Amino acid sequence: MPAPLFSPGRGVCSRPVFLAFTGAAAEMENNNESAHRAVRIVTMDVVVAALIFALGALVVYESNRLGSGWDENGPQAGYFPYYTGLLVCISGAVVFVQGLFKLKSEVKVFVRQDQFRQVLVILLPSAAYVLGVQLIGIYVPSAVFIGLFMKIAGKYSWLRSVLVGLSVSVIAFLLFEVWFKIPLPKGPFEKLIGY
Amino acid sequence: MEELNALFHGFSVALTPFNLMLMFIGIILGVIIGVLPGLGGANGVAILLPLTFTMPPTSAIIMLSCIYWGALFGGAITSILFNIPGEPWSVATTFDGYPMAQQGRAGEALTGAFTSSFVGALVAVLMFTFLAPLIANFALQFGPPEFFAVYLLTFCSFVGTGKGNPFKIIASMMLGFAMAAVGIDIVTGQLRLTFGFTELLSGFHFLVAVIGLFGIGEILLSMEEGLSFSGHGAKINPTIVLQTWAKLPRYWATSIRSCFIGCWMGIIPGGATPASFMSYGVARQMSREGAKFGTGQLEGVIAPETAAHAAGTSALLPMITLGIPGSPTAAVLLGGLMIWGLQPGPLLFVEQKDFVWGLIASMYLGNIAGLIVVLTMVPLFAAILRVPFPIIAPVIVVICAIGAYTVKNNMLDVWMIVVFGMMGYVFKKLDYPLAPMVLALVLGDAAESSFRQAMLIAQGDLTVFWSKWLVGSLTTLALVLLFWPFISAAMARLRARAPATR
Repeated sequence: MPAPLFSPGRGVCSRPVFLAFTGAAAEMENNNESAHRAVRIVTMDVVVAALIFALGALVVYESNRLGSGWDENGPQAGYFPYYTGLLVCISGAVVFVQGLFKLKSEVKVFVRQDQFRQVLVILLPSAAYVLGVQLIGIYVPSAVFIGLFMKIAGKYSWLRSVLVGLSVSVIAFLLFEVWFKIPLPKGPFEKLIGY
Repeated sequence: MEELNALFHGFSVALTPFNLMLMFIGIILGVIIGVLPGLGGANGVAILLPLTFTMPPTSAIIMLSCIYWGALFGGAITSILFNIPGEPWSVATTFDGYPMAQQGRAGEALTGAFTSSFVGALVAVLMFTFLAPLIANFALQFGPPEFFAVYLLTFCSFVGTGKGNPFKIIASMMLGFAMAAVGIDIVTGQLRLTFGFTELLSGFHFLVAVIGLFGIGEILLSMEEGLSFSGHGAKINPTIVLQTWAKLPRYWATSIRSCFIGCWMGIIPGGATPASFMSYGVARQMSREGAKFGTGQLEGVIAPETAAHAAGTSALLPMITLGIPGSPTAAVLLGGLMIWGLQPGPLLFVEQKDFVWGLIASMYLGNIAGLIVVLTMVPLFAAILRVPFPIIAPVIVVICAIGAYTVKNNMLDVWMIVVFGMMGYVFKKLDYPLAPMVLALVLGDAAESSFRQAMLIAQGDLTVFWSKWLVGSLTTLALVLLFWPFISAAMARLRARAPATR
């Protein structure tokens, strides 16, 4: 669904603002840069509420499978989760319906395209970093991740990026492996230096 | 007087050179955590928890609680110098603190904030010292129904005192309970909600959730803003400190009121943030210079800081005496206690006297140490805040990954912080509160087992929660709080309609 662009003046005094801080800030920014595509809060609200409802339904289903009533030993395993799942469903459904009513009128922005791109700038490398940790241990990917992020996202010189990346890794290594003897994931490189 | 004796014994436990050193390290780490974006009190303590596993429990809790005090102090620094509240409860501090910094009175604002934090904490600790043993004694008579009623009260008060959509609060809380149920059921030994994934056998650990929701989530949020810090420099020298201290007694009435609000609200979960706002509001109404609030009034810094610190300290009261934490950070401390094999709750006062009184004594000492550290080291902390975000962001991600892995030495947990991070980002933007989810995740198993036991005793009869006056009044109070948003909305509507019909 194409999100409507914000026209200044609309919606500013539409209703009491729940999100006194985030909402106000988002609207202010919106006035300045209305050229970006954006996802509205209410759209996101409806989607998330539907997901929450689905999760709740999953919990209810599983609790039913386990038995949500009583047997000769007392309450069964699904007894308590059944009701939590039910409450998740109910609250998800209410938020969903509340959102549907506001779907037409609400214009507050959840995230703009340019903001979301910024979020991905850290989110995707972080996911790649975790994959790296899974494959070759934590110390090498940490140095690489910090160094590359500084170089590419922060536009630092190679020297500074490498220096910061390496020193964080070395400090972490000394702190965890050497002093506190808390083992972290290690790979071929750590084996090479005898750990 | 028994308390005083116990307290002095506590001082003798806490006052070893090793513990004093840990106190100062804890405070400094805590302030750094409070100052950095993405590292709040809760996940800061969560990440540092593994470092304390090798210490004796008393030393460990002293260090961790000092990290907590440090984070409380640190929130004020970012609020005043950068207009960025480091913690939710220091939002109210920005109202007058930042204008003061703009006028070049940052030193005065910081001194006022730190000193009043100290006063608030001190009053709360005093209350703690005398009230905690009483409550613990009282709670020794609790059975499963009473405990469940207290849990119910804890969770319902989130709905009653929370701002925002009550259904979002309930959704967030119940998701927490559902996540707590994942894994092996302790009573029947059945697998619940694992859907055949062996990795889920041990369930979701709340520390992982805390690190993801608060740590990674906060980083994602900060990235969005592009983050350009424009902070004000701060110089604190003895002259400014003394001048400010000379002014403080003038605001004694505000201080006392704020302490009272803070202590009262702190015992209620999630209380520090509402306490700081409430105290700011009350101070503005009661003060002779109320109209000038928001333009840089020292009183407007004192009020929220005193209340936030008093509340932050009294949040530990239900944690120690009942095993029910009043805030996410207290929940993490509680998790720590369990890892060291200490079961928080009333029995702690009987079985672990050294530990409890050592902790209480360290609250006095830790806050004194905190005041000294923050007053002398503000320029250093402000400099940390100026480290550019492209360096801070990946470093914090790395720290979070390490923190998540050390919880259970499980690689899945590291993946989970990325998932929880995205969840935290979305939930925060949609105004789903995270604190109820974390507390539900921590207390889920305990709440469930007390509910099951109560039900077993009563053979499934729900009226057991009204069977005695104590449990009955707790349950009733909980339900009133649960429906409070609807009650107050209905009352407001009635009041609005009354003049119209006349």
